[in-house]
Amino acid sequence: MIGAGDRAWRATTGLAAAVIPAALLLVTVVLVVGAWPALADAGPGLVASRTWDPGRGTFGAGAALVGTLLTSLLAVLVAAPLGVATAVVTVELAGPRLSRVLAALSDLLAAVPSIVYGLWGAAVLVPLLRSELFPRLKPLGRVIPLLAGPAYGPSLLAAALLLALMILPYVTAVSREVIAAVPRSQREAALALGATRWEMLRDAVLPGARHGILGGVALALGRALGETMAVTMVIGNRHDLSWSLLSPGYTLSSLLANEFGEASGDRHLAALMAVALLLLVVTLLVNAVARGLVRSVRSGRSSLEVAR
Amino acid sequence: MTQGRLSTVGLTVAFGDRTALRDVSLVVPPRAITAVMGPSGCGKTTLLRAVNRLDDGVPGMVRTGEVRLGDEEVTAPATDVAGLRRRVGMVFQRWNPFPRSVFENVAYGPRLAGLRDLADLRGVVESSLRKAALWEEVRDRLDADARTLSGGQQQRLCIARALANAPEVLLLDEPCSALDPGATRRIEELLFELRADLTIILVTHNLQQAARASDYTAYLDAGRLVEVAPTRLLFTNPQDPRTEAYLTGRVA
Ligand SMILES: Nc1ncnc2c1ncn2[C@@H]1O[C@H](COP(=O)(O)OP(=O)(O)O)[C@@H](O)[C@H]1O
Ligand SMILES: [Mg+2]
Repeated sequence: MIGAGDRAWRATTGLAAAVIPAALLLVTVVLVVGAWPALADAGPGLVASRTWDPGRGTFGAGAALVGTLLTSLLAVLVAAPLGVATAVVTVELAGPRLSRVLAALSDLLAAVPSIVYGLWGAAVLVPLLRSELFPRLKPLGRVIPLLAGPAYGPSLLAAALLLALMILPYVTAVSREVIAAVPRSQREAALALGATRWEMLRDAVLPGARHGILGGVALALGRALGETMAVTMVIGNRHDLSWSLLSPGYTLSSLLANEFGEASGDRHLAALMAVALLLLVVTLLVNAVARGLVRSVRSGRSSLEVAR
Repeated sequence: MTQGRLSTVGLTVAFGDRTALRDVSLVVPPRAITAVMGPSGCGKTTLLRAVNRLDDGVPGMVRTGEVRLGDEEVTAPATDVAGLRRRVGMVFQRWNPFPRSVFENVAYGPRLAGLRDLADLRGVVESSLRKAALWEEVRDRLDADARTLSGGQQQRLCIARALANAPEVLLLDEPCSALDPGATRRIEELLFELRADLTIILVTHNLQQAARASDYTAYLDAGRLVEVAPTRLLFTNPQDPRTEAYLTGRVA
């Protein structure tokens, strides 16, 4: 017999489960409807062009799209090794006391509000880059186009570094967990064969934690893509698409944050809706790819476990 | 010749306020199988892990007394622990191959030791697998993931992996406790072959196994070495009432 409590439980959980896809669908529909005029009007120019001039009614978000992808990827490239290294130190090398402190500090980084990161970035990081790092990169810039050109401070690089700092705690927390979850028997297998602690890490711990670390990095990438406030404050907000990381740029989310409140007319608003739709699609795509990556690595392993 | 001569002198190991081994002085004869038996928690595993110093990092572990291997004091602070562990192989209760190929599992130790040449590695892998009586079963699947082997095969793979370091001593911690009788017998037979040039310590809480598969037997109780004697002698004529109680099943 199914009691009333059971039925209520099922109804509640069913409803809860339906809320998420429904919300996603609703958001998508609203965006598509809102963006439709711009999509019909500008078409592929929306992403292909980098001229964004609401005054003249030209809406090309190409620079912002590239800026979003570039800053996020770069942030992950910086944060991933740093986060894994932090996790290794926390779990494997530090004593229990230091380990607790490191974990707490790293978790604290995740709790800092985005706007505070933004302020710190604008007040400390950007001036620091301008006066210390950029002058030193100048000679390199003659050889590496990525580091070329005049540099004022607000830049793709500043945004990427700030993002790296912001996603670092996510990479670290996940890595910490999966590293700690590598069974003791695997560590001892390596140690008992004469591995040093470092060799044990390299050969038994990190390979065992690989899938989980990848998942953490994917999660972090998702966060980086959507981050808005802090990036807006350090990226320079210019629809530029130069080769250099030292030059100012834009991201899709900063574009929305800057212009949505004061959109000048229906076409401008529609274009911003299209940008939001683009951001949604990019985020979903990246997440799907990341998930697929994690799953493919994982299933390579589980198929073996089944075979046993 | 001192190769493989293992002994402990007044070995005491404590974890925090819990003493796992008390004043154990034991001479383990080379080229023989010494069984170590005793009730659960009596310190058998701790004894093995003192020999290859695998408990070194355990918080609160305090060890006094000595473990000697050949002329060397294993427990000295200056001992090269990684080097020691190459001389002293260990096989665990639950087989723990790496999630890699059969070949890579066996080649791991030699690779760590710096062996790079593939032909040399192949040679070591084959001879180690032969010694572990596993070669015929896996010669065609050296590239298969080790975890696709049966439990008994995986445990023999772990033995082969330890043998690849050409150790003087082989420590086995209840290696058959999760295996069926057939797989157990194969490992016991294999140990008989291996003792020709190895010092073997076989921890077991299975009396029949100790009786069947060892030359000497040591009985531990509550962290103390109660007695050690040639296996047949210990089983037929135990000197200590505690040993006798254990043998006759009056101890859990
Ligand atoms: N790493 C450890 N930390 C704390 N206590 C331990 C540890 N290892 C062993 N002990 C304790 O030492 C005693 C002996 O354990 P062990 O050597 O594993 O016994 P056996 O292998 O004979 O069952 C037990 O009381 C056990 O709880
Ligand atoms: Mg034990």
